Amino acid sequence: MNTPDWELSRREFVVGAAASSVIVATPFLGPAHAAGGTPPHAAVPMMKVTMEVNGSPRSVTLDPRTSLLDTLREHLRLTGTKKGCDHGHCGACTVLVNGTRINACLSLAVMHEGDKVTTVEGIGTPDALHPMQAAFIKHDGFQCGYCTPGQICSAVAVLKEIEKGVPSHVTEDLAAPMRLSNPELRERMSGNICRCGAYSNIAAAITEVAGA
Amino acid sequence: MDFTTPSGQNPIDRLKIVGRPVTRIDGPLKVTGTAPYAYERHDVIPNQAYGYVVGATIAKGRIVRIDTGAAKAASGVIGVITTLEYKPAAPPQRQTANLFGGAEVAHYHQAVALVVAKTFEEARAAAHLVKVDYQAAPGKYDLAGEASGAKPSADPNEGQDAEIFDRVGDFDAAFAAAPVKLDETYTTPCETHAMMEPHASIAAWNGDKLTVWTSSQMINWAKAGLAKTLGIPAENVRVQSPFIGGGFGGKLYLRADALLAALGAKAVGQPVKVTLQRPLIINNGTHRSATIQRIRLGAAPDGRLTTIGHVSVSGNLPGGMPEPAVGQTKLLYAAPNREIYLKLAALDLGEANDMRAPGEAPGLMALEMAMDEMAEKLGIDPVEFRILNDTQTDPRDPQRRFSERHLVECLRTGADRFGWSRRNGTPGAIRDGKWIVGMGMAAGLRLNLLMPSAARIRLDRDGRLTVETDMTDIGTGAYTILAQTAAEMMGVPVEAVTVILGDSASPVSAGSGGQWGANTSTSGLYAACLKLRGAVSARLGLNAEDAEFADGKVRSGNRSIPLAEAAKDGPLTGEDGIRFGDLDKRYVQASFAAQFAEVGVDSFTGEVRVRRMLAVVDAGRVLNPVTARSQVIGAMTMGVGAALMEALAIDMRHGCFVNHDLGGYEVPVHADIPHQDVIFLDHPDAISSPMKAKGIGEIGLCGVAAAVANAVYNATGVRVRDYPITLEKHLAKLPRIA
Repeated sequence: MNTPDWELSRREFVVGAAASSVIVATPFLGPAHAAGGTPPHAAVPMMKVTMEVNGSPRSVTLDPRTSLLDTLREHLRLTGTKKGCDHGHCGACTVLVNGTRINACLSLAVMHEGDKVTTVEGIGTPDALHPMQAAFIKHDGFQCGYCTPGQICSAVAVLKEIEKGVPSHVTEDLAAPMRLSNPELRERMSGNICRCGAYSNIAAAITEVAGA
Repeated sequence: MDFTTPSGQNPIDRLKIVGRPVTRIDGPLKVTGTAPYAYERHDVIPNQAYGYVVGATIAKGRIVRIDTGAAKAASGVIGVITTLEYKPAAPPQRQTANLFGGAEVAHYHQAVALVVAKTFEEARAAAHLVKVDYQAAPGKYDLAGEASGAKPSADPNEGQDAEIFDRVGDFDAAFAAAPVKLDETYTTPCETHAMMEPHASIAAWNGDKLTVWTSSQMINWAKAGLAKTLGIPAENVRVQSPFIGGGFGGKLYLRADALLAALGAKAVGQPVKVTLQRPLIINNGTHRSATIQRIRLGAAPDGRLTTIGHVSVSGNLPGGMPEPAVGQTKLLYAAPNREIYLKLAALDLGEANDMRAPGEAPGLMALEMAMDEMAEKLGIDPVEFRILNDTQTDPRDPQRRFSERHLVECLRTGADRFGWSRRNGTPGAIRDGKWIVGMGMAAGLRLNLLMPSAARIRLDRDGRLTVETDMTDIGTGAYTILAQTAAEMMGVPVEAVTVILGDSASPVSAGSGGQWGANTSTSGLYAACLKLRGAVSARLGLNAEDAEFADGKVRSGNRSIPLAEAAKDGPLTGEDGIRFGDLDKRYVQASFAAQFAEVGVDSFTGEVRVRRMLAVVDAGRVLNPVTARSQVIGAMTMGVGAALMEALAIDMRHGCFVNHDLGGYEVPVHADIPHQDVIFLDHPDAISSPMKAKGIGEIGLCGVAAAVANAVYNATGVRVRDYPITLEKHLAKLPRIA
């Protein structure tokens, strides 16, 4: 994840997409017990990873199967980042890695050696709220609060994407200066599900911050 | 206190703090990720091991053998428990499915084992090494196929002894004679709550005492459920759930995470935490049953309904309850001849149980579409048609009035504010580029259910107040409205109040369900505050009858004393609850809504986009317009899901919901939801409670899906009676592209 922001070219994207389809076509091997026999009671080999989390260097020695999400929640005990689905469906685990938002559940921690990770705890605290957090409170952009850290991380990243001119699926004129229209906002935030249905209020919060 | 007569003037009526747009007091915690949810409680107990649940991969049959050898030998594994090692757990009250124990499999993904390991990764890996041999049996999964054998069944909301058939007048004769009539069948699919936080629990034993940190809407039900399933006294169980990542009915009941965490912790001798992995939740947990609803309406040419017939068939595991989809039909419209009842078919899918607005949500999807169709047959505007058939009394008992019913005002206000007069009654007539545009509306009713609720409030030396009740805040705003209630009653600012929720050590509340939470939990606190006011007055030597609590002071006669003064020799506590008499029998108590929607339908693809939405809600006094509005827009969003996308797809061969995750089960996302408007009418209901509030959490969903569906029809002229209205259902019949 050391790639500079938004340098993925269309060609690379097509290559990546083709690789994905190969994986889909590979036969499913099934659970390990189908192969028969009892696996040896061997300890899992551990790996050390060092990241900068919310501005502080953090080193953890991990089972390499540990997702970035579980590393944050279970090992660093930064439980602000939420696990809603563990499948990249819901967006509750959205964090910023080197300034780009990702689903932390879809990424293994060991892929992030040297990366800068920002979680909701690094965005603001109850005593020093980020303007986006304050706007979410003001506009009641949440109810149960479980998707909220992901929504806020995404919202902060969306404003940066607009600033950098990163287009989206609904951008009508790629040559025109990028602006945060309501359809742009809703498209870009659609990876973050809110089952309480606070979308209308979240849009109001983000719009206010964007206009500030 | 016993609430047996309508409330007179009381301190809440000052509305200095109650009724004001106070932002959530728990907001700063939630937006910074510092509100602790169940699985995150690293702080409460050391040495937590990780449990991972294995779900059955058949829907019905028996487990012949479970081989845990490989799992037990795997790295990091501390222990494995299997369902064969336990007797079937007795289902808690209001629940049907066995959560764990025994060899019988009654539904897909029923929990059959728990692997406990040092890390999540090890537990997950070892769970895949548990080998289960099944003897599968044939099951019944198709509601339509079983509907003909479905048995008439009482409405679970009306009690076991309730009349099954609601029959008034002579339905058959009147329907046969009706000059204008409709006889249509509507279907709604199985739906799932899909709350964002998965079920999760941490369990720890101290001798024979169990503590469970969990995610539950109903603390007392979780406590009672754990006691019953574990066979231990309830006083040995402590349950804590201060923050809940959504529920919508899915967390009303004890689920396998809590039971397995408790059993696992017992088995391995250390605390265990368990979350139901997302792909397990939908088949393992509860869902809203599908319904098949036949509606027969008869009317005179002037639009007055002469007959209402509504029969709804739903399915559940043997012994389960029906989806009570006809309840609102008994009360929404006048008509002298009525035949309304439920039927229930036995199915072998997972347990069907409450989901937000149980009954009304699917029932109104059918009834309010039928009303739209009937209005068209009669050539009457859909808003006027509903107004024409309004009733101010229970159609079964003309002596029984509604406590407050302002549905007509909802409808007229909504029509005015939404610009309903611009609607073209001819479907398919409005074009906007490639879009065909339509408007739709529907009415909604949801009963105002009353549950006893208790609370304790303490005044400390520093003048601060602390509220304790086992009430939960599932996103509803309970923390905030309880703080507002205490502040109003005791005459202090909201900032002077601390609210502690979700702990079974606190007085038992109504909990969060059935949209009763706000009205009844604040009423329970109101009662506790009256006790504290009495204690304060006594301590200060004031007359409790005329003592006025305001601005941090207590005034009586010509004396004015700071409130904190009363606690200078030690804290004062007031504890009480509210117990409701028979006012809900003497009057019908309900909330009402008029829902309006405008949609655009892509004339090439049939894709539906919601453009505008408005809800006008009559729910008594609104305790906090910020949190109340959020509940309504959230419900409107869920209604868009029900109208356009939400459906559990059933694999009829394997008896499971196929789309059992948040990728396959589609719920509305940002792109699907436009700006939403909500208007609350101001009609405090003194018959409901001393707060004069009524339920708001579910009325916002009532009628929404039908309003959207009716808007789609107005756009396309294609009536789809099979929810959700996905594009393939109307694509071939869309108006020709000019």
